[in-house]
Amino acid sequence: MSHHVRVNPITCEAHGICAELLPERITLDEWGYPIVDEATLHGEELDHARRAARACPTLALLLQRERSKSRV
Amino acid sequence: MSASSPTAELPVPTSADPPAALPRLLAGIHGERPLTLSEHLDQHGEAPPAGGGGRSRSRARARELIEEVEASGLRGCGGGGFPTAVKLRSVAAARGRAVVVVNAVEAEPPSTKDRTLLQLAPHLVLDGAILAAEALRADEVVVATGEHAGGSSAAAYAAIEERAAVGGHGRVALTLAAVKGGYVAGQESALISGLEGREALPTFTPPLPFERGLHKRPTLVNNAETLAHLALIARHGARWFRTLGTEAHPGSALVTLSGPVVYPGVYEIEAGSSLSSLIDAAGGTTRGVRGALTGGYAGSWVPASAITELVLSRDGLPAAGGSFGAGIVLLLSDDACPVAETVRLSRWLAGQSARQCGPCVHGLPAIADALAALASGEHRDGSERRLRTLFGLASGRGACAHPDGAVRVIASALRAFTEDFEDHRLNGPCERCSRAGELPLPPRPGPSREARGARRAGP
Repeated sequence: MSHHVRVNPITCEAHGICAELLPERITLDEWGYPIVDEATLHGEELDHARRAARACPTLALLLQRERSKSRV
Repeated sequence: MSASSPTAELPVPTSADPPAALPRLLAGIHGERPLTLSEHLDQHGEAPPAGGGGRSRSRARARELIEEVEASGLRGCGGGGFPTAVKLRSVAAARGRAVVVVNAVEAEPPSTKDRTLLQLAPHLVLDGAILAAEALRADEVVVATGEHAGGSSAAAYAAIEERAAVGGHGRVALTLAAVKGGYVAGQESALISGLEGREALPTFTPPLPFERGLHKRPTLVNNAETLAHLALIARHGARWFRTLGTEAHPGSALVTLSGPVVYPGVYEIEAGSSLSSLIDAAGGTTRGVRGALTGGYAGSWVPASAITELVLSRDGLPAAGGSFGAGIVLLLSDDACPVAETVRLSRWLAGQSARQCGPCVHGLPAIADALAALASGEHRDGSERRLRTLFGLASGRGACAHPDGAVRVIASALRAFTEDFEDHRLNGPCERCSRAGELPLPPRPGPSREARGARRAGP
């Protein structure tokens, strides 16, 4: 099953921990909010993503399965 | 508020005959009085039954209605343009008793077409909602109006009462609700929050309303005009619907025309007809025109040089750099400064943020600041590059599309009025900058956000 990360922008409070734990996919903008690359995660990235999602103080970083990318 | 049709010279159709041409949604309307139930039935005939008659029969009819809507090519008329049949199918496939929400919130300041339609033809909107509800086996229709409902709310209420008096809508309960909130209150998830008694602010999706909407039920949220079209498609069929319009945008459409024309107001047009013919129908222009804002405050500016060529449809407008959106055309007169208008609009849009998502909370005021700096001739070289950076940072990162729409409309102004922006960048404010603005920018309603910054009432 392939996964990607996504951020819930409403709950995100710009703690910035995600960018430290998943620099492969996340950088911070000038206000400290994550800019997320939602491409599929591979190998070690997935572990880093899991750790980052768990570490987010507001649980705003979400690890999602690919199929949930599709929207109506 | 006026409602008329550019091609109203056609004979009024006799009772229940499908109208060959325009007007369709506004057929039989005179002045600002709502059509009564009997006038509505005289005009359009009875709606075909969608429910009743045994389970398998009603299921077959529901399937037929959705297929007919699909064949018609009907898309949402609230700005999103999403295929209506896909929405219907999604709600039909979701688990649980569905509910239908008629979105007549119309929070776009330059749009009045939904409240006009609901005021003048409330029964057509109700017909569409009831037909959709029956097809989805929903037991409830909620008609949601917004802050500036005017006479539409009273007309919808009276129409619901009329139907109750004749026991006319079977097992479907009809209710009317007023949703308070600013520009984002008409967004689907915000509307549902508002209907549930919370502030009408967008939520993070998924889940989308079709799977978990009002009170966690599968919810069909459709714009009032969309449902009125559906009511006519159910009566006359997809082929009839497609006798007007284009392949990509079939049928007719309501357009709110404002600015320096003799008769601004709501017009029912054939999709794919020209803006020139609409302006002619509105009595022509009263002053010179600098440009047209198409699609609304999440839409696109088109410069005066391109206006005569504009084709009013969901494919025609984007081909010329415009947007169809919710059927909005605002003409800017040449008394106005397009740069000053854009600065004011950007400040207003920043103030309309729900203030939930960082990139919107910080990005939109930063865009307004950079634009103001550009317009005043400060930071001659930096502010345009700064704007481009901020456009990237604000777009696609909110829970709703408000920041994306704000970036779209502001970026389109930079394209449409390149020379004006360049002139302001080099020389500072022009003589028109200090004039009162032409864009309607109503103050944000409700007291809960008064104290926060980045808010400015319109002129």
